Amino acid sequence: MLQIKDLYAKAGDRDILRGITLDVAAGEVHAIMGPNGSGKSTLAQVLAGNPAYEVTGGSVTYQGIDLLALQPEERAQQGVFLAFQYPIEIPGVSNAYFLRSAFNSIRAARGQEEVDPLEFLDYMEKKLELVDMDVEMLSRSVNMGFSGGEKKRNEILQMAVLEPRLALLDETDSGLDIDALRIVASGVNALRRPDNATIVVTHYQRLLNYIVPDFVHVLAHGKIVKSGDKSLALELEAKGYDWLVEPQGALAS
Amino acid sequence: MGGSIETLVNREYQYGFVTDIEAESIPRGLNEDTVKLISAKKGEPKWLLDWRLKAYARWTTMQEPHWSNVKYKPIDYQDVIYFSAPKPKKTLGSLDEVDPKLREMYGKLGISMNEQKRMNNIAVDVVMDSVSVGTSFKAELSKLGIIFCSFGEAVREHPELVQKYLGSVVPHSDNFFAALNSAVFSDGSFVYVPKGVRCPMELSTYFRINAEGTGQFERTLIIADEGAYVSYLEGCTAPKRDTNQLHAAVVELIALKDATIKYSTVQNWFAGDENGEGGIFNFVTKRGKCAGENAKISWTQVETGSAITWKYPSVILQGDNSVGEFYSVAVVNNHQQADTGTKMIHIGRNTRSTIVSKGISAGQGNNSYRGQVKVLPKAAFARNYTQCDSMLIGNRCGAHTFPYIEVQNQTATLEHEASTSKIGEDQIFYLTQRGISKENAVSMIVAGFCKDVFKELPMEFALEAQQLLGITLEGSVG
Repeated sequence: MLQIKDLYAKAGDRDILRGITLDVAAGEVHAIMGPNGSGKSTLAQVLAGNPAYEVTGGSVTYQGIDLLALQPEERAQQGVFLAFQYPIEIPGVSNAYFLRSAFNSIRAARGQEEVDPLEFLDYMEKKLELVDMDVEMLSRSVNMGFSGGEKKRNEILQMAVLEPRLALLDETDSGLDIDALRIVASGVNALRRPDNATIVVTHYQRLLNYIVPDFVHVLAHGKIVKSGDKSLALELEAKGYDWLVEPQGALAS
Repeated sequence: MGGSIETLVNREYQYGFVTDIEAESIPRGLNEDTVKLISAKKGEPKWLLDWRLKAYARWTTMQEPHWSNVKYKPIDYQDVIYFSAPKPKKTLGSLDEVDPKLREMYGKLGISMNEQKRMNNIAVDVVMDSVSVGTSFKAELSKLGIIFCSFGEAVREHPELVQKYLGSVVPHSDNFFAALNSAVFSDGSFVYVPKGVRCPMELSTYFRINAEGTGQFERTLIIADEGAYVSYLEGCTAPKRDTNQLHAAVVELIALKDATIKYSTVQNWFAGDENGEGGIFNFVTKRGKCAGENAKISWTQVETGSAITWKYPSVILQGDNSVGEFYSVAVVNNHQQADTGTKMIHIGRNTRSTIVSKGISAGQGNNSYRGQVKVLPKAAFARNYTQCDSMLIGNRCGAHTFPYIEVQNQTATLEHEASTSKIGEDQIFYLTQRGISKENAVSMIVAGFCKDVFKELPMEFALEAQQLLGITLEGSVG
């Protein structure tokens, strides 16, 4: 489904990704782990098309197409979804309107008919249950005044609504208490299907107790330094990252 | 994908067509004879001609004001055609008698009158090129004693009301543009709602500038008698033109004791092309007077068009406990310039005013809020709340705020909040990552920013306003 080959990217003058190669097949869950500043979040942002990052080398093929040639909205329309580490607030725009606009934009791009607000509300009911959110959340402005946990649940709600083929979860566990973590994880698990794939970016092993990965990759200084199965995450939990990560000085030019 | 944004930017002004209707115009230029000719063509009584001449005489002694934060080439007032009326001009009994070409034009504008009448429950009085050509819902309104007609008709049918109130809020000598309007105004709308009557529908007028080089000098007079209520909508589109078109309208509102007037505007006149060529010069004087106790006047405006906007809908809070409101969204893109705001003049006791202004600047647009809150010595316990927010899109545009506050009574309470923000790249990325196009993302963020104003608009107008905002800002981010 996704083939990342020798991907380089920078933000401003700073090189962040320095040759990432990764294959993700349909039905798989990959965890990307690594210390702060290793480039985990950047990888997710670059795949989603954040214009703040510049791709300087390599290629990304998604379902046979050149993902990097697409605008962010086209990637979304092709089924790429990024759950943000820091969900953005949009004052004055109701969550319901935002969600329906996103849903309809994607449907329209796929040549499907748009749904009206009433139909959409019906559709939303089940989705809200999935992340244990009250319908009242729909009338609030997007992420405005939401607690950290509510924001993250709102991300998963969006994911549930948009039903992506490739979901990128960027530090979805950060700032969550254990109950919220469980809700978020069960939401993600409920959305797992043989024809979609998930990349989970996380600093801690904790989330992987709930969202069990097929593969774990460790990122350091913008490169994958080790890959393994879920036991690697447990090993990292026990030993930390130091044994895998060369000192920064060795790489810095 | 960059290509499609280009296309949107370069899209022609949607309503930039010209209807091929024979217009009867008078020669360019302005002198006393022009004023007399206009008055004669309209068959006006002497008192009105005298009033016009007084205004003209005053105007010749006045200077065009240049204190506003807008720049434009000097206007040659002798190069303007001051009157044009569509022909044939005859009294129309029903819409069927309206010129088919005019009706085709309504169609293009999305104003199917029959449909509008039935579905929207709006009485529409269409003002095209200065003379009203059709007035609807008249019978239904007249049953309630409500007068809704063209200004010219009001002069003929209700001279006592016109004479009593014309110039009572905006005197003929008020300012340069108001004096000009008073001298040469062609037509406009007149509304009178009698004592205790609540007007059952939104009253609406669509203005349109058509004949080339014709200045548009509308005069609107709305009177809500004691305990009356009326909501009036004004929406505007104009065809695309190369030469700048001068527009200097005057709107006067009078709310007597316990009366409420709600006046909403969506202004979408041609703003000039992406190089700043063409576009309407819009110098408007709008003012309301809360003449009696507990009167209320509320202005809501969405200004998206015009090359230059110079406009300060104001309220004189004369009656005790009267209320004035001003809700405004002003958008500038490309080379548009807007200097707009309000004046709240507190005269009576316990008078309250609210100002919510949202300015959006994109392209190389320049947006200024200019507002005055004045509390006079007798206005004990007057209150004002002002919220003034600016949003910048890109880094070549400007937002400016000029608040003037003058308080002469110590019991007054005034609050002023102001903010300036840039539309966030992170917000746009968030929305586009959800499949929403960049254009729609910008519209959505801007509409959210303007929500406090949009919610004051009647429903159908709010939707239109939101769409207009989107069209205005197309291509501003990219």
